[in-house]
Amino acid sequence: MLRNSRDSFGLVSILFHWIIALIFLGQIFLGYLMVRTSDFTLQFNLFQWHKSFGFLILGLSALRLIWKFLNVRPRDPETMPPIERVAAHAAHVLLYLSLFIVPLTGWAVASSSPLQIPTFMFNLLVVPQLPITISDSAEAFWSASHAWLAYLSSVVAAAHILAALHHHFWKRDAILIRMLRSRVVGTGSKHAN
Amino acid sequence: MMTNTLISTAMRVGLIATLAYAPLAAQADTLAEVAGRYKIQSSSRVGFTVSQVGGGGITGDFKKFSGVFSLDNSNIGRSVIDFTLYPESVSTGQARVENFLRSDAVFDSANFPTITFKSTQITQTSPDTAEVAGILTARGKSGPASFQANLADHGKNSITFRVQGKIMRSRYGMDVGTPIYSNVVQFDMTIRGQRS
Repeated sequence: MLRNSRDSFGLVSILFHWIIALIFLGQIFLGYLMVRTSDFTLQFNLFQWHKSFGFLILGLSALRLIWKFLNVRPRDPETMPPIERVAAHAAHVLLYLSLFIVPLTGWAVASSSPLQIPTFMFNLLVVPQLPITISDSAEAFWSASHAWLAYLSSVVAAAHILAALHHHFWKRDAILIRMLRSRVVGTGSKHAN
Repeated sequence: MMTNTLISTAMRVGLIATLAYAPLAAQADTLAEVAGRYKIQSSSRVGFTVSQVGGGGITGDFKKFSGVFSLDNSNIGRSVIDFTLYPESVSTGQARVENFLRSDAVFDSANFPTITFKSTQITQTSPDTAEVAGILTARGKSGPASFQANLADHGKNSITFRVQGKIMRSRYGMDVGTPIYSNVVQFDMTIRGQRS
């Protein structure tokens, strides 16, 4: 099934989730690494990959959001306490926000830098600079904002991952399973061991 | 005429412009004065541009260089130029770009402090232009390179050329940043020689 149902996620939602999750984690790792290498050539190349994947996340997230509004959201497990539902949904909202805000602040870094290095997404598409102030201090501000928001969002992602693992291994419900396969799996039911 | 070389023609043009009624005999005298060996002056400018995708690019110049050239009054083809520039002196108005260019990502100026050009063939292409072909050596790699020289100005003991040319930086192991930044480095130089 491509579309979501009240009981399960469709293939499109599942692919959006895992592809963006993979790029997101790769970006955190890449971002951490690229500002710590002293090899200029490597650093330049890592920055360009980071920018390309950042715009990929931004584009995919926009499509994902449209898809989300066109689909129903699978129900939470009936056994899930209200406080956990609120916490889970709050984490989802924060993660969705960060999928837009973090790439946008990254775009602001590239756009505000006096170096004005063009963004040539995967050497295929020139992304224009945002019309914002270009200065060393503006670049420093956006760089710090970008890094802090990225690391904060990875803390939320870590909580999201731990919660999924908690559901799978402790609660033994189908929360994680339904994001892994699009076959109908009754929410709240025990997954096969 | 036998003395129809870059220099003789240039001198004649100059003479016609300034001394329209000068006797023809003056040509040979002036030509003899201009021919000779010149030292490249620090007032010269060695500018470059590397364009980037989406327009614009990096422009800058090299502040430190040296060189000599000799002009042959009877056969321009026998003229030679020997030029050295010091990549450490690169200037772009942006310290981070300069540090990047000096690093082993580009010039590796700590290990390769000079970039040299030695002419192998100078060919006159019009009354006041010539093509200067030679060997460019940078980062330990040598390759053919050619520049267009235009006579811009001249005096009794000085001469000025505008020299332009394009270098493919990948040939010298400096292709970092392509294709965001062009592989082609466009040089635009004003070379002032003082008789040595």
